[in-house]
Amino acid sequence: MKQGTVATLVLMGGLVLFAAGCKKKPPVTSAPPPPPVTGTTGRGPAAVINSFTAEPSTIVRGESSTLRWSVANATEVTIDNGIGTVPATGSRQVNPAQTATYRMTAKGSGGDAIAAVTVAVTTPPPPPPPKAAPKASLDERMRTAVQDVFFDYDKSEVREDARATLQRNADAIKGIFNDFPSAVISLEGHCDERGSAEYNLGLGDRRSTSVREFLIQLGVPEQRLKPISYGKERPFCTEATERCYQENRRVHFVGVQ
Amino acid sequence: MKKLVSFLTIAVVALAAVAAWSQSRSDIVLKLSGGTARKIALPDFRAAGAAAPFAAVFNQTVFADIQQSGLLEPAAKSFYPLNPPQQESDLRATPEPRPARRGAEPETPNCGGLCLSDWANPPVEAAYLGFGYLAEQGGQLVAFGHLFTTSVTDIASAKAFRKLYNAPMTEEGARRLAHEYAADILKQFGGQSLAGSKIYFVSDRGGKGTKELWTMDFDGANQRQLTKFGSVSTMPAVSPDHNRLAFTTFAKGQPQIMVMSLETFRYLPFLNPQASLNATPSFTTDGSQILFSSTLDGRYTQIYSANSDGTGVRRLSNNRAIEMEPKVNPKTGQDVLFVSGRGGFQQIYRMNLDGAGVERLTDGSGEAANPAWHPDGQIMAFKWTRGYAPGNWNIFIMDVASRETAQLTQGAGRNENPSWAPDGRHIVFSSNRSGSFQLYSMLVDGTELRQLTRTGNNTMPVWIK
Repeated sequence: MKQGTVATLVLMGGLVLFAAGCKKKPPVTSAPPPPPVTGTTGRGPAAVINSFTAEPSTIVRGESSTLRWSVANATEVTIDNGIGTVPATGSRQVNPAQTATYRMTAKGSGGDAIAAVTVAVTTPPPPPPPKAAPKASLDERMRTAVQDVFFDYDKSEVREDARATLQRNADAIKGIFNDFPSAVISLEGHCDERGSAEYNLGLGDRRSTSVREFLIQLGVPEQRLKPISYGKERPFCTEATERCYQENRRVHFVGVQ
Repeated sequence: MKKLVSFLTIAVVALAAVAAWSQSRSDIVLKLSGGTARKIALPDFRAAGAAAPFAAVFNQTVFADIQQSGLLEPAAKSFYPLNPPQQESDLRATPEPRPARRGAEPETPNCGGLCLSDWANPPVEAAYLGFGYLAEQGGQLVAFGHLFTTSVTDIASAKAFRKLYNAPMTEEGARRLAHEYAADILKQFGGQSLAGSKIYFVSDRGGKGTKELWTMDFDGANQRQLTKFGSVSTMPAVSPDHNRLAFTTFAKGQPQIMVMSLETFRYLPFLNPQASLNATPSFTTDGSQILFSSTLDGRYTQIYSANSDGTGVRRLSNNRAIEMEPKVNPKTGQDVLFVSGRGGFQQIYRMNLDGAGVERLTDGSGEAANPAWHPDGQIMAFKWTRGYAPGNWNIFIMDVASRETAQLTQGAGRNENPSWAPDGRHIVFSSNRSGSFQLYSMLVDGTELRQLTRTGNNTMPVWIK
């Protein structure tokens, strides 16, 4: 018997705690204040605001939100903030420039009702910062000032038309080495797809070595020129055409910091 | 008139040359391929219960192995009698031919497949009959395989062998049983089975611009990736004892040599010489040295040798030309085939292991590369553009002593990197005849062509026991 009483007490205590927990929860929408009841006797029914919501309640500046409402027993319904008189049930798109509270007044013969919703306006994120001031990178200097040189089939000799290019390259590379004291330049030797993959490794190396020797003669420091043969492993162009083959028979210059 | 005569003379000389060439071609090919194949009937093994799902792969594998051997020609299955024997006790003695009625042909005896004569007579006309069945026994997959000669009437003396094979109850197990049974059949005809042999190769299937080393069974099964650099790793070579793989890789920037253990799949130390390029490694016959090409002299890619850890570097060739792909004779351990541009376009040369006695083997026409010694150390397979535009490689073989050559592929795509099977009768090579580079195996006479790979581009095969 005693045990039963204790159990009941514990259960009741739990219910009380549970109820208290419920009460702490915030209302889902800002609950309208209870309508003031003033002398209702003998008059018509008081106005009742069934709902007044803003969807969404938070917008980024420039976006819009929709107000929806439903009022009963009202003789006149007004919303402030420049909206004015509205029907008893309806909706209205608003796009406030900053956080705004819309107050609704519903007049009824038996009493008035008031409700309010707030549309919060957040400011959009600032635009990304402009790209860093264009300071010529090593890659860019290489791309604009140093040109690739091309070769004949199965040949590694520097062609007549490549000599002038290499002379310009030598001057540009010296300048680049001055501005980038730790930079090294890879001389990538490439071949077209027709030769043997194995032999082309040797041929690509010959091509980068002859370009390297040419540049050294023009005073480019040799320890900063690194030959590397890709043979036909990294073609620039993959069609089986003479134009494409020529594209691939080259020494390509790559700056490495 | 004079013009016509001289034209005719040229034509006759040319014809004679062609005749002589095709004669030499058939000689060298015939020597390796073994001539015309005899017919064998291979009715499907049947299987019940748990073994049933594995019958199809078993039957396909047996048929393919026998067909690919080139030693025997499997008779077309559509002609087979409907009731083949499954075990020896199913066989019936061939009945005496019934006496022919006057004026009529004697009737051929027919027991619906249970007599050996059913397989010897038209339409099958097979000299041999391989039959049997699959079953489950103690959780294992069991094949009971037989081989009989169809022309012998006495069943006991017609039997070549009868054997029980065991393997795990898996598709892999079924394939293994089939390879073992096919190998036993081929052994009867002096053939070496390829079952168990492996092919190492290069594939870009992992991503455009990357190449990794892969391995697979000789028939394309069990494809498996070995390297994972995400770079270009290529040009594999396998040591004669099959426990090391050497290759060229861009994983560290400039092309360098790496060696991998095929037992632990770990990398073994190999000290690369200080050079912009170290590439195309291959092993000496005793496995103690690695031959490779290097720009150690700072100017030309030349042939060097080193101990298998890269120490003790020694220069073998000495020329102002690109020289690559050294391959040591597997029999003598002394002759080295290599590719050189010393005479202009790349050709195949031979030298002694000490670098002396250099001679050119290909006749200087076109470009020639990718030499590969036959296991007998007398014949090489290689690629050549002779008769075709640059880049249009075909597979050739050459008797190194007599310089007789034979062309094995006939202009379909680019055909490269031939490698001999351990049986010395098959060749694996890569070809882009289908649009992408894939690996193909064929009998040395060009027949029994089989595509082994289908994903990505696959090149540089090396076939080992």
